[in-house]
This record gives sequence, C-alpha cells and structure tokens, in this order.
Amino acid sequence: MTKHYDIIVIGAGPAGMSASRTAAAQGARVLVLDEQSSPGGQIYRAIEKPHNQRRRELGSSYQDGVPLVHGFRQSELDYVNAASVWQLSADLEVGYSRDGIAQLVRADRIIVATGAQERPVPIPGWTKRGVMTVGAAQILLKESSVVASDAVFAGSGPLLYLAVHQYLELGVPVKAVLDLTPAKNYLGALPALFGARADFAKILEGWQWKRAIGAAGIPLLTGVDAVRISGEKSVESVDYRRRGEWQAITCDTAFLHLGVVPNINISMAAGCDCHWSHNQACWTVTVDDWFNSSVAGVSVAGDGVSIGGAAAAEAQGGIAALGALHALGRIDASERDRLAAAYRIRLRKEMGIRHFLDLLFRPADRLRVPREADTVVCRCEEVTAGQIRETLDLGCCGPNQLKSFSRTGMGPCQGRFCGHTVSELIGEASGLPISEVGYFRLRSPIKPLPLKELADLAHSSKE
Amino acid sequence: MHTLPRNEPGERHAAGRVKKHADAVVIGAGLHGCSTALHLRLGGLSVLVLEKDYPGRHASGVNAGGVRRLGRALEEVAMSMVAADMWKHMADLVDDDCGFEASGQIKVAESEGEFDLQKKRVAMLQSRGFGHEKLIDKTILRERLPAVSPHCVGGILVEDDGHANPFRTVTAFRRRCETLGVEFHSGAAVTAARQRHGNWLIETAKGSFESAMVVNCAGAWGGRVAALLGEPPVPVDAQAPMLMITARMPAFIEPVVGAQGRTLSFKQFANGTVLVGGGHRGRAESGTNATSLNYQRLAINAQTALDIFPIMSQARVVRCWAGIEGVMPDQIPVIGPGSEPGVFHAFGFSAHGFQLGPVVGRILGELVAHGRGSLDIGPFAIGRFADKGDATQHGARSYGG
Ligand SMILES: Cc1cc2nc3c(=O)[nH]c(=O)nc-3n(C[C@H](O)[C@H](O)[C@H](O)COP(=O)(O)OP(=O)(O)OC[C@H]3O[C@@H](n4cnc5c(N)ncnc54)[C@H](O)[C@@H]3O)c2cc1C
Ligand SMILES: Cc1cc2nc3c(=O)[nH]c(=O)nc-3n(C[C@H](O)[C@H](O)[C@H](O)COP(=O)(O)OP(=O)(O)OC[C@H]3O[C@@H](n4cnc5c(N)ncnc54)[C@H](O)[C@@H]3O)c2cc1C
Repeated sequence: MTKHYDIIVIGAGPAGMSASRTAAAQGARVLVLDEQSSPGGQIYRAIEKPHNQRRRELGSSYQDGVPLVHGFRQSELDYVNAASVWQLSADLEVGYSRDGIAQLVRADRIIVATGAQERPVPIPGWTKRGVMTVGAAQILLKESSVVASDAVFAGSGPLLYLAVHQYLELGVPVKAVLDLTPAKNYLGALPALFGARADFAKILEGWQWKRAIGAAGIPLLTGVDAVRISGEKSVESVDYRRRGEWQAITCDTAFLHLGVVPNINISMAAGCDCHWSHNQACWTVTVDDWFNSSVAGVSVAGDGVSIGGAAAAEAQGGIAALGALHALGRIDASERDRLAAAYRIRLRKEMGIRHFLDLLFRPADRLRVPREADTVVCRCEEVTAGQIRETLDLGCCGPNQLKSFSRTGMGPCQGRFCGHTVSELIGEASGLPISEVGYFRLRSPIKPLPLKELADLAHSSKE
Repeated sequence: MHTLPRNEPGERHAAGRVKKHADAVVIGAGLHGCSTALHLRLGGLSVLVLEKDYPGRHASGVNAGGVRRLGRALEEVAMSMVAADMWKHMADLVDDDCGFEASGQIKVAESEGEFDLQKKRVAMLQSRGFGHEKLIDKTILRERLPAVSPHCVGGILVEDDGHANPFRTVTAFRRRCETLGVEFHSGAAVTAARQRHGNWLIETAKGSFESAMVVNCAGAWGGRVAALLGEPPVPVDAQAPMLMITARMPAFIEPVVGAQGRTLSFKQFANGTVLVGGGHRGRAESGTNATSLNYQRLAINAQTALDIFPIMSQARVVRCWAGIEGVMPDQIPVIGPGSEPGVFHAFGFSAHGFQLGPVVGRILGELVAHGRGSLDIGPFAIGRFADKGDATQHGARSYGG
C-alpha cells in the first residue's frame, strides 16, 4: 500500500523546516523530503557539519540557521534526507527516489518548498569548461570545503558579493570582480530605498563587502555591460566591455551569477498556475494569502514562489502550514489567524527591502536574452539563440511548439537552464506579454529516473 | 506539381461580423484533418481548417511516430498497405520526408505459445493475399535485434515499416496545405453547426464559417463534433496513452519493436534516446486538454522493456507524457459519410492512426469529390454503433508502435 500522510513537505530549507515544524506542532502526520544529505536548504546548506558551525567566514546569517535546524530536528515528523522528488501529481501523489529505490507516497496536503535556482547566464561561451555559477562555488565550499583560486567573479546581486566575501575571509585569492548591474538601476532603485530603511543594516553590510574587496586590492569593475568567455574548450579569459571598450582578464575559472529565480519545476509539473513577474524577471507561482496554489491541496512557500530571502521563506512556510492545518480541520480560523500574525509581521518587514533589491539587481535585457546568434540557449540539445529566432520566424509561436520544432528544452534538465530565456526570446519576437507566451509544459519525472527504479515500482506498490 | 484553380476561401460580411466561406470545412488540425484538407485542395476545392488549439497539439503531434502495418486489424490492412506506399514517397506529397525511416518493425514472441499465435496470424494474412508480415525464427530475431533477451523465441517482421517524426509530419502537411491556399484557424473551437439553404453554418470561438461540406477530424472529440453535425451518440472514449523517453544511450537497436503477449512500443532514435510506450494509459480530461500520468502503469511498461531488452537497466527516463486519443469500442476508426448531407467523418483512430494519416485524407478526398472511394470503408461506417448501443469491448489489439 502507498503510505499516506496528512502533509508532505518537499524541501527542508527555511520554508520547508518552518512549515513542517508548524504542522507537526499541531499533531499532523508530516513527511519531509529533501535531496540534500542534511536539513538547511541553500542558505544553511551543510550547517550541521561541525566545521561549518565554527566557520565565522561563512557570515553571521549562516549561523542563524543553527537554532532553526535544531528545532526542526526536535520535531515529531518523518524526515527523509537524500530523497529526490521527481513527481508531484495534481491528485497529490509524490514520487521520490532514495538510494536507488523509487517510492510513491500520498498526502491530503502538499507544501512545496523547493526554493530558488540560479538564473541562467546565457552569455557567449557560458557552456565552456571552467565556467560555473556562484551558487555552485558555494555548494562546493559548504559541502566539501573546495575552492578555486584566482577566479573571476562576474554578475550582479547580493549572492555575488556574499560569495566573494566568503572567499576573501577564507584567504582564497580572487582575480577580479565584474559587476554587471546596469548603471541605470542605481537611479531607478533610489525611490525604493525608503521602503527598505528597516533593513539598513543589510544594505550597509553589502556596502562593506564591496569596500573590503577594494581594500584587498582586487579589481572591482562596475559599469560592465557585456561579457563573454573566451577559450578553446575551457575558459582562457573573461572578456568584458566597459565604457564601450573590450578588455580581457586571463583565468581558468569564471563564476557567473545574475541572481536567483524560483525553482518552479515541481509546481508547474503539478499544474499550478504561474505568472511572469516583471520586477524579478522570472516566473512565479500564483498563490493566495495562505500560499495555496491553483491546484487544490498544493501550497507553495518560500523562494519557490517568488524570491524573498531566507527570513521571508521561513515566515511563508509557517503561514502555508497554518493554512493547510486549517484546511485539514485541525485548527479553526481564529487560531490560524492568531498563530499567523507574527509571521505576517515578519514577512511585511522582509518585503520592504525586497522591492529595492529587485529594482537594483534586475539584470540587463541583453544579459537575459542573448543578442549574439551563436550563443547557446539550450545546453542539453545545444540550440543557439540564432536557431531559436529562425524557428520563430517560421511561424512557430509558443514554447511547446518550439520544443517540438527544435528540441529546445527536451533534454535531461527539462528546460531548467533555458526556460526563462526561451519565454523572453519568444516575447521579444512576438511582442506578446511573457505571461501570455507561457513556459514549457513540464512533465514528470522532473529529474531523470532510472528505468529500473521505475520498473521496481510495479512490485513494491500495488494498485 | 500542377497549378490549382484559384479557388480560395472567401469572405462575406453579415451584420458586421466576418463570415468566411469555402467549399469544405475541416474540423480538427491533427494529421487526419491536415491530410484531408490537403487532398480536398488537391481535388480543386477551397478549404478551411478549424482547430480549437493549434495544429498538432494533440495525438498527432505527440504520438510515438510508429509507422506500421504490423499487427493491424484485418479491416485496416488494405488501407494500411496503401498508406505504406505513400510514406515511402512522402516528399512527393508534402515536400518533406517527415523524418520517415524504414527501419523495419518486429513483434517479438516471448514463448512458444506466443510464437504459435504468430504462425496462425501470418498464415491467416497469407490466405487473404497479404504477405507483408513475415515469421522470423530465433536466429534471425537475434541478428536483427542483437540486444534482445535470450528468452525471446521468434517474431513477426515487416521489412519496410518504421517510424517518423510526428510533429514534423503534421507541420509538413499543414505547410503544404498553406502553400496551396488552405486557411488554418487556430483557437477556433467549433461550438455549433446548423444547415441553411444546403450549406453548413459553423460557429466557432473565432467567428462563423460556411461551407457545403464539413469533415469531422476531431480525434478524441469526434463524438462531440459528430453530435453537432446531427449524428446519434457515437461511443468514443477519450483515453491517454503514455510514453516515456530516456537520456541518450549508445546505439543498440534499429527496428521498432513490439511484443506479442504484452503491450510495448519500443524504438531508439538517431540521437540515441529511446522511446518506450505501449497501451498503458493515464487519465485524460478532454474538456480541459489535461492528461495525468499513472506511474504504476508506467512501471509495468518499464518492466516489459527491461525484460525484453536487458540493456535498458542502464537507461534513465527523462520525460513521460500522455496524449489524448479517441478510442472506439471495436478499436477501429470511424471513416465515411455522415447521416446528414455534406457531412463526413474520420476520427477515433484508437491509438494507431498515425500511419493511416496520408491514406485517410486521400479516401476522404475521393469521397467528398466523387461520393465513393477506391478502398472498402464499409467496416468503418459511423452507423455501426447505432443498433448495438455501447458495443462490447473487443479483444485487445495492439497499440501505438
Ligand atoms: C545556489 C544558491 C545558493 C544560495 N546561497 C545563499 C546564501 O548563502 N545566503 C543567502 O542568504 N541566500 C542564499 N540563497 C538564496 C536562498 O535560496 C534563500 O535565501 C533561502 O534559502 C530560501 O529558502 P527556501 O526554504 O525557500 O529554499 P531553499 O533554502 O533553497 O530550500 C529548498 C530545499 O528544497 C530541496 N529541493 C529542491 N528540489 C527538490 C526535489 N526535487 N527533491 C527534493 N528536494 C528538493 C533542496 O534540496 C533544498 O534543500 C542561495 C540560493 C541558491 C539558488
Ligand atoms: C501517446 C500516443 C502514442 C501513439 N503512438 C502511435 C504510433 O506509434 N503509431 C500510430 O500509428 N499511432 C499512434 N498513436 C495514435 C495516433 O497519434 C492517432 O491515431 C492520430 O494522431 C489521430 O489523429 P487525428 O487527426 O484523428 O487526431 P488529433 O491529432 O487528436 O487531432 C484532432 C484535432 O481536432 C481538434 N478538435 C477537437 N474538437 C474540436 C472542435 N470542436 N473544434 C475545432 N477543433 C477541434 C483537436 O484540438 C485536435 O487538434 C498514438 C497516440 C498517442 C496519444
């Protein structure tokens, strides 16, 4: 028989931990599935490793995760680590794999808390060996204490500076930092600064990180408006354009970053309605005040809905769980509202700085939608921007038709690395709003599933 | 190629609303609708195609691409033979080979008992004058399919069957139609139809249309459209056959493979990906276009593939999907004239209509123009369900492939 829970939470980051603790505290039978080896999510990745807890270099906010993870560990719930979820159906069946064994489980409510993924950076040469994302650099650091010396960091957004800061604190030499934040954004974001005043400390911290880079004698180049990676097969140099002039920096590792976007694969494959957020230039899941999606029984919380950061994710997870508990008849409306009040105050505070950050770090159009015809957009099937534009000229009008015409988005990553670019490319070519253009029709498994594991399902769980 | 009479769809303005008219309106832009439109146009008629979503959105664009005569119901064999010939010369018809590869198709027998059934089948076909299905023994089976599991004892081979690229096929037919002046209207769901002065007035989400002839090629929705065109209820079941595709693997097989005793449709593409399907079904909601997958049934499909091709223990499934297909109780389609004047039908292809696309369009072209066709379509009459009501399910027939 398929196991049945009251609530299944997918993801054990700040949102998922908060949701599952809240639900378990009210006596619900909760299952938490996360593909990492320990709870924490992206920000508090591998925080239970003793050496990480000693590492002041990872930053003060990293250490905020210690009590959160501790509280999660104390809760009455089933937590399965290293569990990779490959499907969520609209009738609330979850499929996941662990140690080479696939399983199907069910629940009356599902809370999707799968967080963010880095925005793809489709610049010329981004698929060459030696090019990685800043997030990947962080994962290597937190999981395996691996770092790369003399790398060039290029991009925009808080995570870029956080990563450089962590490198500097650890004494790892950095070759240069190229800031791709469009100059006009500084002016554009100015009016939103007032709304962000409550978080002045955060803004100050970012400014201090920048200063420290300068103080360490590392070139920090702002106003860079184009970049490309040169090299035969792997990186030989990062070329950038500044004040109309191209320059090159030789290096063998380049870390790119243009912010993060919601990881919507599971929600979309389950059929949750999404819409395009102009400010964040990404797809976001459409949810109500309690983070219910358009699919009955499925709520989505944290950076998996729209980007808000760890504290917002934690608050959203709590609110989503309270909404689910109420839907299950475990708490009445007044109890739900009472318990949610504190989360809502926190959420409102967090959203103040968010608007400012969104405006400041909105990546330039040409960085999101490649101008150069031979820049690869779909890595799996090696389809370039030029090929996509040609296909669109043939009268192909949506992401799914593009898929059928050109195989774009048909590879193992299921469009994770090209979906956003494709929506925007089609929007540009057709003049339609991105929300109308839409996204690939996603299908499970959202992660490759060995055929053998799938076949074994026939023996383990009977209909 | 020859020049056609300049007989293009026209426009009439009625009460401020544009009304388009043509000699014939085709409802549904799947492969059958596109092929029908093409043949009608080649016959000199002006043609409009009305499609509720976009051409190739449903079964015709997402199927397994199997082009086979192998295992067809006897009623379909003659028609399927003509279609096979059309596939061979596809570029003459639509200026594109549609990715057709004559890789051969094999149905494997996993036991002596199954092999005996195959012997009977091949003998039966031969007695009717059809020699395309050939029995192959264990040695030839292994030669053709080096990766096949040792327990397989033989099979049936059809040499020139193969596979094509479904979406590309629909697109090639559509583009050929458009070049010849056929108009396609996407997002134009037909919601009502009535007769007036010997013409059909057809209402859609994109305005109204008028024509003397209407052809219903609405696939799984064929029953609903038939009702709009004055037919008594037709038992079309909207089903959702499922498929899965793997990440690239080293090349290990050429022919398309099915199985005698279990449902399977199995092929490897030139890029190394392997498509696994069969008759296993998810859930279809034809009202919303939604389909959902049933992993327990996909698991059975996966096990079949593993049993017959042990190398599949290396495979990783990267995507599964389902398409909505109209299945008739006796698992053969409806093709032929309707009850009302000017109405024709071709729908309910019961999960094996891809190969028949080119020929069914030709048959309808003949029917509409001359009132009769060169092939016997008696068994496909829409009236066959009238007296029996909801006819009983016939024995399982092969799916997809
Ligand atoms: C690469 C990366 C690094 C980041 N580093 C930082 C940082 O150092 N500091 C910072 O302030 N912010 C960082 N962020 C932003 C961070 O995501 C948010 O601040 C915060 O972690 C959001 O919390 P969350 O609970 O919504 O999601 P997350 O913390 O991302 O948690 C989501 C969890 O879901 C799991 N998951 C996702 N998909 C599946 C699946 N299919 N099956 C099973 N489990 C799944 C993941 O393993 C993860 O544990 C980072 C973001 C990314 C993408
Ligand atoms: C997963 C799968 C695998 C398959 N594999 C194979 C195979 O390998 N080999 C094989 O031979 N066959 C296969 N088939 C079957 C084959 O795809 C179908 O038999 C064939 O494509 C049917 O074509 P059609 O044009 O009748 O239907 P469709 O392609 O479904 O077209 C009907 C069209 O009518 C439109 N429509 C419906 N109602 C209206 C309305 N009211 N107004 C306007 N438009 C309307 C629909 O939107 C649709 O586009 C498979 C089917 C599926 C689903």
